[in-house]
Amino acid sequence: MSLLRQVLLDSHRIAALSAVEWDLLVRQARHANLLGRLYRRLQAADLLAQVPERPLHHMESAAVMADRQHMLVRYEIRFLRDTLAGLGLPLILLKGAAYVVGDLPAASGRVFADMDILLPRERLPEVESALIMTGWIGEPLDAYDQRYYRQWMHELPAMRQMHRGTALDVHHTILPPTARLKPDAQALIRDSVEIPGSPGMRTLQPTDMVLHSACHLFHDGESENLLRDLSDLDLLLRHFSREPNFWPQLVSRAAAMDLQMPLRLALRYLVQVLACPVPDSALQALKAERSQGVAEHTLDWIYSRTLRPQHSSTRDWATPLCRKLLYIRGHWLRMPPHLLFVHLARKAWVGPTTISAAALQNDPR
Amino acid sequence: MRVDQLSLPQVQAALTGAGLRVATGPFNCRLQSDIAAIASEVAQNYAHHRLLGPEEFIDFHVAVNTSRGLRRWIRPQALFSVDGVEPFTPLPRDQALPMIEWGLNWCITAYSNHVLILHAAAVARNGRTLILPAPPGSGKSTLCAALVNRGWRLLSDELSIIRLDTGAMLGLARPVNLKNASIGVIQRFAPQALFSRPVHDTTKGTVAMMAAPQASVEAVDEPAWPAWMVLPRYRAGASTTLTPMPRGEAFMKIADNAMNYHILAAEGFRAVGDLVDRCQHFSFEYSDLDEAMQVFDQLALSTADANIV
Repeated sequence: MSLLRQVLLDSHRIAALSAVEWDLLVRQARHANLLGRLYRRLQAADLLAQVPERPLHHMESAAVMADRQHMLVRYEIRFLRDTLAGLGLPLILLKGAAYVVGDLPAASGRVFADMDILLPRERLPEVESALIMTGWIGEPLDAYDQRYYRQWMHELPAMRQMHRGTALDVHHTILPPTARLKPDAQALIRDSVEIPGSPGMRTLQPTDMVLHSACHLFHDGESENLLRDLSDLDLLLRHFSREPNFWPQLVSRAAAMDLQMPLRLALRYLVQVLACPVPDSALQALKAERSQGVAEHTLDWIYSRTLRPQHSSTRDWATPLCRKLLYIRGHWLRMPPHLLFVHLARKAWVGPTTISAAALQNDPR
Repeated sequence: MRVDQLSLPQVQAALTGAGLRVATGPFNCRLQSDIAAIASEVAQNYAHHRLLGPEEFIDFHVAVNTSRGLRRWIRPQALFSVDGVEPFTPLPRDQALPMIEWGLNWCITAYSNHVLILHAAAVARNGRTLILPAPPGSGKSTLCAALVNRGWRLLSDELSIIRLDTGAMLGLARPVNLKNASIGVIQRFAPQALFSRPVHDTTKGTVAMMAAPQASVEAVDEPAWPAWMVLPRYRAGASTTLTPMPRGEAFMKIADNAMNYHILAAEGFRAVGDLVDRCQHFSFEYSDLDEAMQVFDQLALSTADANIV
C-alpha cells in the first residue's frame, strides 16, 4: 500500500515517519495532486506541529497555491454569472468550482486548472457568442478537433479568458452524447440547487454531484488524478451522507440517470482504497460488494494500479499497460465502435494537434 | 563531509548512480546525471557544499540526462527532470551544466510558496543584505559576481528568498550564472575565482558558471536581514550614481520582480510592504566596477539607522 494511502487512511501514521519517509510522502502526494489537501487534512487533525519543517514547507506551498486558485475562481465566476444572467440563464458550476463556491469539504486543498459550467444544449450558440463578447476565446484547434468537440462531445472546446488567463469548459451534459450511458441532462439542470448566499449561482444537487464525479472518474481515460478524484468523492460522500435518506436517494437517482455502473465501481473502490463508510444497504442495492465476471475483475486489476499515486515509487511492470487500457476503455465508453475506430486511427496517424500549455511555458530560466 | 572531500571518480559515481546529495541553504538537492563529462565542473561548482547523509530529507530530486532514442546519437540533447516531472524541452547536451542551475531555480519558484521569492540577486555584509532586482541585461549578475569577490557574501545571483514569518533572507550560495561579455569582465576582475567552461549558443547567449566563494558557502545558514534594495543599470560610459528611490516606486519595483507576489495574494502584499519598510532604496547607474564596489562598501559602512531616504 502506498505511503500516501496509509496516511490518508490514518493521519496519525505521520507521527512515526522518518525523514526518508516524509520525502517519499511529499513526492507521492505531489504526483497525486494531493499535497495541498494533505496539508489541510493534517491541519484539521491538529497534527501540523508534528510535521518536520522541510516537508511542512512543501505542503504549505501547495496549500497556498490551491488557495490562490480558489480566490481566482471566486473572482471569475461573478463575471460569468453576470454574462449568463443577461441571457436569463443561471450559472451552474461543476466539479472544482462547485466545491469551492459551495464551500464543500472536497474543495480542501484542491488544485484545478479550469472551471466547468453546465448549460442547456439548445442555448449553447448564444452563450458561446456572449462569452466571446466578454473576452473568452477558444483554444486553437484544427477542423477535425472542432468537429470532434461540437458533434460528439459533451462540452465546447476549452475557452480561455484573454485578459486573465482563466480556463473554462462549457458543458451541456456530463457524458458525451455518443457514450453508452445516457444521463438526463435536462433533469440535472432542472434539479440543480442554488448555492446559499450566492444568488444566481447553482450546483448540481448532492446526489448528482456525486454521480457526476463518479462518471468523470470512470469515463475519463486519463489516470493522472484518479486518486485525487476518488478522494473528492470520499469527501463528498462523508459530507452529504449526514443527511438522512441520502444513500437510498443516491441509489435510486443512479438508476434514473442510467449511471449505476460508475456508481457501483466508485463505491467499491471508495470502500477498498479509502475506507469510505458506505452502508451495506447501498453496496448491496448496486451489487457493489464484490466484482462480477471477468470484465470487472480485469477492471479491479487496472484500477488497483491507476488509483495509486502516479509516482515512480508505486509503479510496476503492469502500470504502463493499465494506464493504456484505461485510456482505451475511456474512449470505448464514450464512443460507439465505428466512431472510436475512425477517431483513434486518425489520432494515431496525425498525432495530437493542439499545442500543450506546457510546451508554451517553456522558458528555462 | 563536503563535496571536495570526494575524489572525481566518487563524484562521477554519485552523479551517475544514486545521486550527489548536497545542501544548498534551505533546500536539499539530489543531483543525478548520466553525462559523466559534467562531473568535474559539478564538483567545482559545489566543492564547499555539505554532503547530505542518506537519512536526510531531499527537497528536489533532479536529474539531467541524455535524451533517449535517436537523439542519444545524433546531436545529443540533455533533459532536465525533477522527480519524473520534465518542465522544459531538452537542450543541446553541452548545456547540461547551466541546465542544472536553471532547473533548480525552476524547482524553487514552482514549489516554494511558503516564502516570498524575488527575481533578484542578493549579497550580504555583516548580516545585512543588498537586494539587486533587475531585468536581464541590467548588469545585475555582473555586479553580484564582482561584489562576492570583494568581501560580500553570496546569497543568490537569481533568487532573493524572504521568509514570510520573520522577514529574514535565505541564502543558497549556488554558482553564479554569467552571460556573454560579463564572463570576461569578471574573469579579469577576479582571476582567483573558479569558472566553468563557457557554453555557447544558449537562449541567453554564452554562459559560464562562477563557483560561490568558499566563505559564502560556509556562511550559508547564517542570518541575513534585508537592508538595501538597489535597482542597478549598466550603461557604457556612465558615471557612478546612486540615487534614492521613493518608497512607493520601490514597492512597485519589488512587486514587479516578485515571482510569487500574485500567488501569495494578501500575504504577498504584506510581505512586500514589510520588505520595503526594512530597506533603503536606490537606483544605481554604473560603468566602472571598481567605482561601483566603493559605493557599496560605503553603503555597508553607513549605520543601520541612518535613513538616507
